[in-house]
Amino acid sequence: MDIEAAKYLAAGLAIGLGALGPGIGEGIAASKALESIGRNPEASGKVAPLMFVAMAITESTAIYALVVALIILFG
Amino acid sequence: MDLNISLAPDILFSLAGFPVTNTLLWSVVLSVFLMLFFVLIARSAKLIPGRWQNFIELLVDGSYSFVESITGPGEKAKRVFPLVFTMFIFTLVANLAVYIPGQAAITVYNGEGFVPVFRAVMSDYGLVLIMTLISVLVMQIVAIITAGPWKYLGRFINLKNPLAFFLGLMELVGELAKIISLSFRLFGNIFAGEVLGSVILFLAPFFMPLPFQFLGLLSAVVQAFVFSVLTLVFISMASEMPAEEEAKV
Repeated sequence: MDIEAAKYLAAGLAIGLGALGPGIGEGIAASKALESIGRNPEASGKVAPLMFVAMAITESTAIYALVVALIILFG
Repeated sequence: MDLNISLAPDILFSLAGFPVTNTLLWSVVLSVFLMLFFVLIARSAKLIPGRWQNFIELLVDGSYSFVESITGPGEKAKRVFPLVFTMFIFTLVANLAVYIPGQAAITVYNGEGFVPVFRAVMSDYGLVLIMTLISVLVMQIVAIITAGPWKYLGRFINLKNPLAFFLGLMELVGELAKIISLSFRLFGNIFAGEVLGSVILFLAPFFMPLPFQFLGLLSAVVQAFVFSVLTLVFISMASEMPAEEEAKV
């Protein structure tokens, strides 16, 4: 395998595996938030911004994987 | 694929040996615009607000009550509000400026090739890192002021037993990781948005980019919000450290 092919493979693997966990985690966060809004619709104004913050924190590992992949590809 | 993507911003021209990049140029332009805008609004403030004054009052008042809901009302909210709100409004305007139509077509010759004059300001890691360093430094200063310098050091270096020493080291790593996680979150999201936009434009130039643009618009607003809210939460956590310790004992 030459170095170029290895680079593409590594970038694909990095973001593909890195996106697995945060995908599941964000799904859980969204489902719980929607559940609580469904139970108490008046609370949506308070739940939604907190959900976005929690989601952004969950997302950070995916973002690290993405940054690694981009650095491998373009850096 | 012949995509023109680079991690480092392009150099437009050099000013007395100092390289001026497109992100630097735009961050200065946007800062000057924001400063002039807010100063003009503040100067022409009237008892019965006009359209713009109404908008700004709504924005500032809403943000202030949000800050109060996290730090608690009083002096603390008043002190932390200017920093956090400035970060929010600057990040928001810098992220939304990407959606001014037509700016991607403007290029300039820098001696080696044609480079775009505009680039998403937050896709320059240097700027994001400086913003993060400012917020992390403020957190540490607040923690030192509230806990006192010896208690602050005691959080990191604890020689009572091996476990406490290890936990102190982990605390130190956690503080350093804040720099990486805060800055990479903002930088990664915005840079990834740029890359995604250009890749989709390359693959399917008509209609397909539209949903991705909406996604980018959402993440532009959410990331500006998240960056400032995390700064706010960390600062207010740092200012409540001693009470937490007492509660544990």
